[in-house]
Amino acid sequence: MTRGTVARTLMYLSLILATLVVLLPLAVVLLTSLKSPKEMANGSGALALPDDPLNLDNYVTAFRDGQMLSAFGNTAVILVVAVGGTILIGSMTAYAIDRFHFRFRKLVVALFLLAALVPGVTTQVATFQIVNSFGMFDSLWAPIALYMGTDIVSIYIFLQFIRSIPVSLDEAARLDGAGAFTVYRKVIFPLLKPAIATVVIVKGINVYNDFYIPFLYMPSEDLGVISTSLFRFKGPFGAHWETISAGAVLVILPTLLVFLFLQRFIYNGFMRGATK
Amino acid sequence: MTDNTRKAARPAIPAAPAGPERAAPAPRRIRLSRGLTPWLFLVAPLALLLTFTYAPIANMAAYSFTDWDGVSPELNWTGTGNYTELLTRSELFEVFFVSGYYLAASAVQIVLALYFATALSFDVRFRNFFKGVLFFPYLINGVAIGFVFLYFFQDGGTLDSVLGLLGIRTDHAWLGTPFSANTSLAGVSVWRYLGLNFVLFLGAIQSVPGELYEAAEIDGASRWHQFRHIIVPGIRPVLSLSVILSVSGSLSVFEIPYIMTGGATGTETFVIQTVKLAFQFNKTGLASAAAVVLLLIVLAVTWVQRRIVPDEKVDLV
Repeated sequence: MTRGTVARTLMYLSLILATLVVLLPLAVVLLTSLKSPKEMANGSGALALPDDPLNLDNYVTAFRDGQMLSAFGNTAVILVVAVGGTILIGSMTAYAIDRFHFRFRKLVVALFLLAALVPGVTTQVATFQIVNSFGMFDSLWAPIALYMGTDIVSIYIFLQFIRSIPVSLDEAARLDGAGAFTVYRKVIFPLLKPAIATVVIVKGINVYNDFYIPFLYMPSEDLGVISTSLFRFKGPFGAHWETISAGAVLVILPTLLVFLFLQRFIYNGFMRGATK
Repeated sequence: MTDNTRKAARPAIPAAPAGPERAAPAPRRIRLSRGLTPWLFLVAPLALLLTFTYAPIANMAAYSFTDWDGVSPELNWTGTGNYTELLTRSELFEVFFVSGYYLAASAVQIVLALYFATALSFDVRFRNFFKGVLFFPYLINGVAIGFVFLYFFQDGGTLDSVLGLLGIRTDHAWLGTPFSANTSLAGVSVWRYLGLNFVLFLGAIQSVPGELYEAAEIDGASRWHQFRHIIVPGIRPVLSLSVILSVSGSLSVFEIPYIMTGGATGTETFVIQTVKLAFQFNKTGLASAAAVVLLLIVLAVTWVQRRIVPDEKVDLV
């Protein structure tokens, strides 16, 4: 009995400690983002509370001088097009692989399977030359094409889901005279909604957070996405931690809101995405 | 239900064409179009797959035997020169030792994730809150995490202030020496990725039927026995997946060290070095050789893992 109580207390202590470790670095950055440059200079320490908790000057600076507005715009465009494209490509691939028997089917499946094992970071040296030869370098098309074209996980998610849709539904529609494309569009696609939701969440968060691809392929300043624009804060705001902190908070805030509202879907989505 | 529709529809078909002469070619046409339809759906996905995954791999393998600089039209065949350079110039190979820090960190990460997943699989107050807190870092933008922790490790930053509160005064430059910097960065990586492992483990533990625990409790099994004999076997597939992800992840670390230190003070990883070789020093040939080596290692690790733990989930074909 007492041993059980001690064990329970220790477990709660460990959870509280973990909570502190996760939240403290974030909380301090939030505090810093509300401080004035003068407060930063007088050396009151990182944990000191800001004089005016509603001081949003740094956010204005981050937004105006850090080009965060155009960064959010670029990210939104890439996000919508890439996620939309991924859904189309993934669902079409899954439909073709699961519902048809054709020659070289096993080869096609193997090609997709094998591609999932190749880590994207390793091949960028050569991918760069291909993207460049299409004239897509330094345009929004480079990340869009790469996000759409190299996503195997969504294909898995769709494939898993499409299998659970009874084939009799396809057959019924076919007997009513529907062609393969109509079956895909009118029967399969609408039933894929839960899988689409999963892909939107997993892919959306990955695209929003990606740094490597926009950093390599879009060096122009006006093509900055949130990752690369925030990264550029390092130069001009070098020692201005209050502005850098405001930028970081601006980037984290949308993620936090999405997480709070869609928690359940997010857990399920990442579980399905990772264990495929 | 399907059978009914079939029977209902079948008599309608022979009624439409005039005679048996016209009925004969119809199945053939259907089979033909059926042979083509899947390819219509696969044209775009396959084109993208070949262009952005397989063509780069093929090109990369070819570049790795040349001295190409990535821009000029001329390139010379150098045979295995790039590979010998990689293996003999020790500073090019040393970056692999940095992966060791991240490998050690992922071991810590898996153990911690396993602990928290087990703890939260029991009846705990504020469970959803703790679950959310532990998972949230995984969703945060990598650049934002980099800045949060640059401030954390800064002189007089978060860490120094917290230590000051505990009565420890230190002017240790956390990112100042290779050992300290790599340990700190690997720590950030644990902070960032622990949540994913944790949620995967928790999901696997919760998919174990509850009666098993009840039966074990009736038999008088302790928490440790429940962990050892119910939880561990239940999550073995996810555990092996996590191990393989951490090994290939440790070898291809890029974001955190690049954003935080730019690879300074001995924190350069293999991918940072490859990116620098290719895009700063225009050594596309050498960088390709490096990337091929990394790719082969990752594939080998995956292959070994598949041999050791046959994955029951790969049933695609």
